[in-house]
Amino acid sequence: MTVLAIDVHGLVKRYGQRTVVDHVDLQIGTGRICGFLGPNGSGKTTTLRMICGLLTPDEGNGTCLGEDIIAGRDAIKRQAGYMTQRFGLYEDLTIRENLDFVARVYGLADVNRQVSDALARLGLESRQNQLTGSLSGGWKQRLALAACVMHQPKILLLDEPTAGVDPKARRSFWDEIHALAAEGITVLVSTHYMDEAERCHEIAYIAYGKLMARGTAEEIIAHSGLKAMVVTGAGADRLAPLLRDAPGITAAAAFGTALHVCSPDADAIRAAVARVLKAQAGLRAEDAEPTLEDVFIHLMGQATDNAVAA
Amino acid sequence: MSGFSRRLWAMMTKEAHQLRRDRMTFAMMFVMPIVQLVLFGFAINTDPKGLPAAILAYEHSTLSRSIISAIGNTGYFAFVQEPQSEAEADALLQRGDVQFVVTIPGNLTRNVMRGDVPGILIEADATDPATTGPALSAVNAAVSQTLARELTGVLNRHQAGTQAVEVRLHRRYNPEGITRFNVVPGLLGIILTMTMVMMTALAVTREYERGTMENLLAMPVKPLEVMAGKIAPYVIIGAMQVFVVLVAAKLLFGVPFVGSPAVFGVAVVIFLTVNLAIGFTFSTIARNQLQAVQMSFFFLMPAILLSGFAFPFRGMPGWAQVLGETMPATHFIRIIRGVMLKGASFPQVANEIAVLLFMLVIVVAVAISRYRVTLD
Repeated sequence: MTVLAIDVHGLVKRYGQRTVVDHVDLQIGTGRICGFLGPNGSGKTTTLRMICGLLTPDEGNGTCLGEDIIAGRDAIKRQAGYMTQRFGLYEDLTIRENLDFVARVYGLADVNRQVSDALARLGLESRQNQLTGSLSGGWKQRLALAACVMHQPKILLLDEPTAGVDPKARRSFWDEIHALAAEGITVLVSTHYMDEAERCHEIAYIAYGKLMARGTAEEIIAHSGLKAMVVTGAGADRLAPLLRDAPGITAAAAFGTALHVCSPDADAIRAAVARVLKAQAGLRAEDAEPTLEDVFIHLMGQATDNAVAA
Repeated sequence: MSGFSRRLWAMMTKEAHQLRRDRMTFAMMFVMPIVQLVLFGFAINTDPKGLPAAILAYEHSTLSRSIISAIGNTGYFAFVQEPQSEAEADALLQRGDVQFVVTIPGNLTRNVMRGDVPGILIEADATDPATTGPALSAVNAAVSQTLARELTGVLNRHQAGTQAVEVRLHRRYNPEGITRFNVVPGLLGIILTMTMVMMTALAVTREYERGTMENLLAMPVKPLEVMAGKIAPYVIIGAMQVFVVLVAAKLLFGVPFVGSPAVFGVAVVIFLTVNLAIGFTFSTIARNQLQAVQMSFFFLMPAILLSGFAFPFRGMPGWAQVLGETMPATHFIRIIRGVMLKGASFPQVANEIAVLLFMLVIVVAVAISRYRVTLD
């Protein structure tokens, strides 16, 4: 059995009447990259904060790196790197000053060398005396990551690290995360991007505070029991609104000129597709693999139903 | 509606909605004027009565007693001490325990009967001329009236219009009664209160507003370390401010500095730290920078009005004096006036320094308990 870097059970966090995180269990093995997905306001940030000791759970318990998430808060902070959703470094300090500060707070030996190394890895040596506020979004994210790995944490908690960052910067960001994981660092990263989810070893999907699915991308798709079809041909994409409210259909979305339809019910799909084919001549339909996005939209729908039923 | 008035309306409603959400600002706008009106309306009195005085009597006779009671009857003097020697009386005055020392010379009655004009000495702590002024101007008339009534028969050797006893006024520490000498050291206390509290009042709120607090909390830095780290640089800035004010006070106004720079330095450092810690506490309470600034102002007003800076401390009613005692500026101003103008030594200001230290401990304890290590 692998050693668990994160092992939490039944985490609950309430704000007033609202339960933001509702009995979430999460186990992540050492050296794994776990993608944390879910709609906005589903409790991803709150869960991350509870794991790294920034919030006290109302219920539940667990460990992070073997330390209790409540009693061992200080020990966790020393060994974890947490990258906040909003840029958390000081915009009115230079790049080097920010790194100096972080290095000193963690009590690193030889601050100067460590910071120089970090700057070299980032390729920011020539701009080290520039104000941090003048960096572009992509650079800020890379700097923030560099700042939170300088003390060689055993675990990284990244809260939507690539929001609003261009594809090239995202790509290099993820290369870096994989390199870190190869060194044995455990990573829990929240994201909205499906391509990023697919780059994770495993995925945890949370909606309305409840953990809805766990596993690899393939496992999650396989377990969802969803079926999908794709309709191609001129103007197929414009027929999406026709199917959105069709009975039993989870999602009908245009992808370029193709129309992608999915549902847990194969008959419902066939019925819906038949309607489309009848509505317009010259279209072709064939079976397709449901995507991760289909699964998440499906899960979100289920969670909404639960929330309404409760 | 025209385009202008529509857009104006849009702006106005937006501002009104935002203001309505900011409960604290809203409360301050209504509570502050009322509190201040009541507080300062009742507390401020520029004609202080019942000032503590010591009587040093070398003769106890009918005449001396009636002179003392005449002085007391002006209402300005409250005899609370009866020192046995000149040195003891001096110490009382220097520590600020009394505002006046009245000395009745020996052989008073005999000298009056012989037709000499003996002198009654009234020494005043004139560091604040506003406090002593009205008392000193009332005392002469009161004494001569009493003498005219008392000195009848054989005692009345003097012609009408001449004085049997001379009242000599001695304005100590500030013989010319220069108001500036009193105002400048007091101003130092006020300037430091204003700048220091404001500086750190923004310290924590700024971290929250800029979104850097979460990152800071995720790192292994302890509340006391955050607080001390945020305060320390401003102690140095405050010390520089003090230096600038002192040089300006000397060059522009010729304010004397007769006491010990070391005692002065100790008091300054403690006072700076207390104020910075108060500002830090505000910043743990305020939700945004505007609120923090408002709290600083709310704190500054009584520091100006009730600390003895702007109005005589002893002129205020008891409750206002109690309130004044709770403010660091009150104690600091006493120490600074004592050291600069009266040459007070460490033991003479030790009590006030102890009070400042006590305040420091309390404020730091409150600040640390208010500082959250989580985002809960």
